Amino acid sequence: MHPVIPYVIAAALVGLGAYGVLVRRNAILLLMAVELILGGVNLVLVTADATVRAVLPAGGQVFALFVIVLAAAEIGVALALVLQLYRLRRAVAVDEIPLEREP
Amino acid sequence: MPVWVELVLRVLAVVAAFLTLPLLIGQTEHKVMAHMQGRLGPMYAGAFHGWAQLIADGVKFVQKEDVTPREADRPVFRLAPVVALLPYLVVLLVIPLGPSGLVAQPLDIGLFFVLSVVGVGVVSVLMAAWASANKYALLGGLRAAAQLLGYELPFVLAAASVAMAAGTLSLPGIVEAWRPWWLLWQFPAMVIFFVAGLAEIRRPPFDMPIADSELVFGYMTEYTGLRFAFFVLAEYVGILVIGALTTVLFLGGWKGPFGLDAELGWLWTLIKVAAVSFVIIWFRVAYPRLREDQLQRLCWLVLVPLALAQLVLTVAVKVAL
Amino acid sequence: MTTADLLLVALGAVAVGAGVLVVSTRHIVRAGLWLVVNLLAVAGCYLVLAAELVAWVQVLLYVGAVVVLLLFAVMLTRAPIGASDDLDRPRWPGALIGGGAGLGLAALFVSGYRWSRVDLPSPGTATALGEQIFTAWVLPFEVVGVLLLAALIGAIVVSRPDIGSR
Repeated sequence: MHPVIPYVIAAALVGLGAYGVLVRRNAILLLMAVELILGGVNLVLVTADATVRAVLPAGGQVFALFVIVLAAAEIGVALALVLQLYRLRRAVAVDEIPLEREP
Repeated sequence: MPVWVELVLRVLAVVAAFLTLPLLIGQTEHKVMAHMQGRLGPMYAGAFHGWAQLIADGVKFVQKEDVTPREADRPVFRLAPVVALLPYLVVLLVIPLGPSGLVAQPLDIGLFFVLSVVGVGVVSVLMAAWASANKYALLGGLRAAAQLLGYELPFVLAAASVAMAAGTLSLPGIVEAWRPWWLLWQFPAMVIFFVAGLAEIRRPPFDMPIADSELVFGYMTEYTGLRFAFFVLAEYVGILVIGALTTVLFLGGWKGPFGLDAELGWLWTLIKVAAVSFVIIWFRVAYPRLREDQLQRLCWLVLVPLALAQLVLTVAVKVAL
Repeated sequence: MTTADLLLVALGAVAVGAGVLVVSTRHIVRAGLWLVVNLLAVAGCYLVLAAELVAWVQVLLYVGAVVVLLLFAVMLTRAPIGASDDLDRPRWPGALIGGGAGLGLAALFVSGYRWSRVDLPSPGTATALGEQIFTAWVLPFEVVGVLLLAALIGAIVVSRPDIGSR
């Protein structure tokens, strides 16, 4: 197995995710792009686990599991925020959210 | 025998089971429901007690016009029934029928595989609901999503309890480790798993996403012909899968009372699956549909705490032994 | 090229292709469905890389829960069926930064690994992974548990105005 193949796939996923986060206006689509980045990161971790003989075995896989769990937690809180935003403003476009306190 | 011939044989056996057992369950449902309601059910097709009724139904479904609504999202709409059926077919691959490798594909972490693949079925419901471009379908889809997300939790927790008791995630391994007194020890987990499983396959009394008296036919409202038949078939395969999983995890799989497990193991498994399927059909006749809030209350206030308590009990007994 | 390489290339092509569609499609729900394809392909990569448990956890948590939550939210925020035109901001800054990040990382990895070869480890069992989590990684594991609890409470407080406002 040539480790460069999964690494390049992971890099492509991270790039795509970064593009999506910057370009998408809909908050939910933005979260999907974040999931792409996390998928890329996980792929790096799992590949590293398969290629590097570390002191602690399976460290990369453990990290990948942690990242998956954190992603689940993140999506729960983020979607609660998005739904609350929709309830207040009837829209979920991230560039229409006023960042200053309204007078 | 070369490896690939064996593999092909195993897959073919699973496909054969996939094509016959659900029909058997469907016919049983017709008959059992009818007799419980004091009527006869189908009597004419195939001469003997209407045994060919489902085949006739199938022919009827094939002949019907395949309608796709104009406003629907066509590719998604057409793909949804296939996505509904596929996960269950894959699950059947890892369910052990008898001892010493009578399973299509033994996996070291079969339990995890089964739980994760069953979860994929939700996506098909959401696809069907959204792509139909129909209010009732959308409402059904929302209900289904809330229901399936909620019941996934007790489903997985109850399965985790058995996995902890057996000390393995492999399905044949769990059956090997199973002892008759587990029926008592794991009884709450069995009830939780069975109820949550019913909710996962959206069978009455948990059929709120379909609820024909409220939502027309939920996410299946716009489906006709063969695609509708696929959804119905998915429901019967779902009964088979939940029955088989309950059997393997909680009822001892191929273990029978007379010590002929090596020869008659497959028969015990099939009898137990049939018994659980019968209970699932019985539930449909016996209980009215729950209300949406009762459904969520049952899940979060009864099943989840019970499942956690069962986990504590499992650990306590496991440590004490 | 070995079998593992070919599988990885094929699965990677599916993953990246689906990823492109996730960030470029103009149908909101289809973006979620392409995300499912992407996640399944990445899970396939994990399987090839001998990380069975991670692959199935990915399918269970991502496809079974995260994507369903996302689609649920899409439907609750009344996404239209069909294409919508106001989903994207101007593309070029994003393309610049995203492309830069992707290509930069890829260049880094290529320069680091070249065309070196590694033998894949034998498929790890869940036992080995479980032993690691409950010996070397037990403190992080507990912290993750606390974090999940915090996220749960946070999500409830945020989504229920009758608790949050007081």
